[in-house]
Amino acid sequence: MGLAVMRRGICQRTFTPGIIVLADDSWCIGLLNVMIKFPTVIFLLTALSISALGQKYVVEKSSVSFYSEAAIEDIYAENTRTPGIFNEASGDIAFSIPIKAFQFKKSLMQEHFNEKYLESDKYPKSTFQGKVNGFLNTAAGIQSVKATGKLTIHGVTKEVEIPGTIEFDGGKLTMKTKFIVKLEDYNVKIPQLMWKNIAEQVEVTVDFTFKPQ
Amino acid sequence: MKKIVLLLLFGPCVATAQDDLLSELGTSSAEETVYTLATFKGTRLGNGHTIETTGAGALDFLFEHRFGAINDGIYEMFGLDAAYVRLGLDYGITNKLSVSINRNSRDKTMDGYLKYRLLRQHKGGTNLPVSVTILAGAAYKLSPKNNADISPEFKNIDRMAYTGQMLIARKFTPSFSFQLMPTLIHKNIVEEYEKNDQFALGMGGRIKLTKSVALTMEYYHNFSAPDNDQLPETRKQYDSFALGIDIETGGHVFQLLMTNAIGLTERAFVAETTDNFFAGDIHLGFNVSRTFQLKRDK
Repeated sequence: MGLAVMRRGICQRTFTPGIIVLADDSWCIGLLNVMIKFPTVIFLLTALSISALGQKYVVEKSSVSFYSEAAIEDIYAENTRTPGIFNEASGDIAFSIPIKAFQFKKSLMQEHFNEKYLESDKYPKSTFQGKVNGFLNTAAGIQSVKATGKLTIHGVTKEVEIPGTIEFDGGKLTMKTKFIVKLEDYNVKIPQLMWKNIAEQVEVTVDFTFKPQ
Repeated sequence: MKKIVLLLLFGPCVATAQDDLLSELGTSSAEETVYTLATFKGTRLGNGHTIETTGAGALDFLFEHRFGAINDGIYEMFGLDAAYVRLGLDYGITNKLSVSINRNSRDKTMDGYLKYRLLRQHKGGTNLPVSVTILAGAAYKLSPKNNADISPEFKNIDRMAYTGQMLIARKFTPSFSFQLMPTLIHKNIVEEYEKNDQFALGMGGRIKLTKSVALTMEYYHNFSAPDNDQLPETRKQYDSFALGIDIETGGHVFQLLMTNAIGLTERAFVAETTDNFFAGDIHLGFNVSRTFQLKRDK
């Protein structure tokens, strides 16, 4: 009996005591074995329970567009296939823009954008990961917020601060922002022959509608 | 062991932050099909076609030019005094189908073709290692002016020749693409030593040197070529070969070429090339393409 109590003791220290005391020794040790052998199972279980604490929202409808005014012609492209995720409790946000999904009005421009400027074969995605500051999930209506984090374009990562708005109506969440990206910052080079055709900076407009995950 | 268990329990708290959010996204979009873009710069590889077609609503004006042979000597200014020209318009009806009409100075030939992108190389949800485009073309020689100048039996329909081609290409890396071109040519009337139906296999590719400059090569072997041993020097036929540099600037593609072919329809360069590249019968040439977007809606 003394031995059995000692064994229970080991379990009690690692697990929630109340349950273990009632349990049979072999069950307790068996579970320990499972935990040692399959740490991923435990990892997943815990990860799931933690994520339930903060409600996550995923992008339902997305529009990422950019516009630039240049001497010869204005350039505009829109991408409606951007997946994104937002944790309203922690403010953590991430999205990943597939470069090839940008649609231009001119097919040749789209080709050049992929081939020569963003090099989408090498850098297929632009990403943002960071935190939204100043969001209150209790307040209704439009709130002004600020997102800080890492913006990666063309393989170059920069710390950025982007102002925007969030509208929250319980079920759905709309996020809007407009900001300027300087091509030079992200090592997007414009060939000499093309410089008149392309502006040095573009205005990016983001419009996401999120739904609960 | 306690520490391991604790780590297992609480490790995820830290990890669920930003990195996890991004990786969650990564898995969901990994299955999306991604089509390969820009296997070649333009619709022409050298003398012949690439798998590329003109985009929907775009009109491509193509100006092709071949000089005389370099080995014609100083009196002909190494071929620069002579010129063979082809002017063409190519319109993209959809992103897959384009139609074209052209005028060649050689033999005063009018030609036209339909080009259709059958398959596009892609990866992601499904994989396809190659792109396939099919081409159907026809060429009509307007020269000589009168049928009777050729023979009393010669009819207008005898001026026609047809091309059927399958273009198969793979973009192996962003800078290297390779293409195979099985080609059928039918000429309504031929010399007695020629066949009406001729089969050729072309191969070629490009190597990108910079984002805007590429080296290209194109070679067609005609399996139905006449036996040169039976022919006088001026009628001997050779496989067409072209080496080129593509320079691309926005809406333009400039292609500078060295080739032994002066005809610019398939019938002419695959089945009627009488110059031998490797004997020095090399022609300088260029293709210039300018694309105009006529319709903006996609």
